[in-house]
Amino acid sequence: MESNTFFIGVGLALLFLMIPAMWRMSVGPTALDRIVAVNVIGTKTAVLLVVIGQIFGEVSMFVDFALAYSLLNFTGSLAAARYLHKTKAGAGKLIVFDEPNPEK
Amino acid sequence: MIFTIISIILILAGLVFFLGAAVGLIRFPDFYTRVHAAGKGDTLSSLLVLLGFAVYQLRDFESFSHDWLILLVILKLLAISAFILLTSPTSTHALMDAGWEDKVKPEIAKDRSNHLEEDGPKY
Repeated sequence: MESNTFFIGVGLALLFLMIPAMWRMSVGPTALDRIVAVNVIGTKTAVLLVVIGQIFGEVSMFVDFALAYSLLNFTGSLAAARYLHKTKAGAGKLIVFDEPNPEK
Repeated sequence: MIFTIISIILILAGLVFFLGAAVGLIRFPDFYTRVHAAGKGDTLSSLLVLLGFAVYQLRDFESFSHDWLILLVILKLLAISAFILLTSPTSTHALMDAGWEDKVKPEIAKDRSNHLEEDGPKY
């Protein structure tokens, strides 16, 4: 089997396995469920960038993108966690800006 | 050839763990179990796939003076792996802690006491 076919298959498998995370991102009952799904998709996107680099034969270029993307993903998810922690809005379906979460 | 076989095994194992993470993210009942499945499966599958690609880069390696760019790529892949190994559990813990502080309700059986409703989070 040609190696490029295998890597295209791996990329497609990663892409299709992101669909459950996207479903959780759209329907997830709390705001934190959505953040978790976004975190999973972001980590897998960093891996997918390496796969794309291998398919194009340019891993030395794409690996830098993957490194930067994983850094940004970590910063983003930590910022979202801190924000929801401060506003106490994580347990609600939507982010409430003024009044605190009624379930609290 | 041996490097290709090892890398294929590692990448397929990573895909299997990501399948577990995706199924857990869909089917588990409450927030904490979903974070559990997503955090563990996501970390391990990313590590395995990236290590598989790092092993795959070794297939053309002949000498250090001629192929040092390959070693640089492997070093960067290992750096991404180490970074994900450090940061993915950290962000999982931060999200779980935010949910715990916000008193997201866990799925608890009826005959067990739920101390979230009694006196708030305990550490």
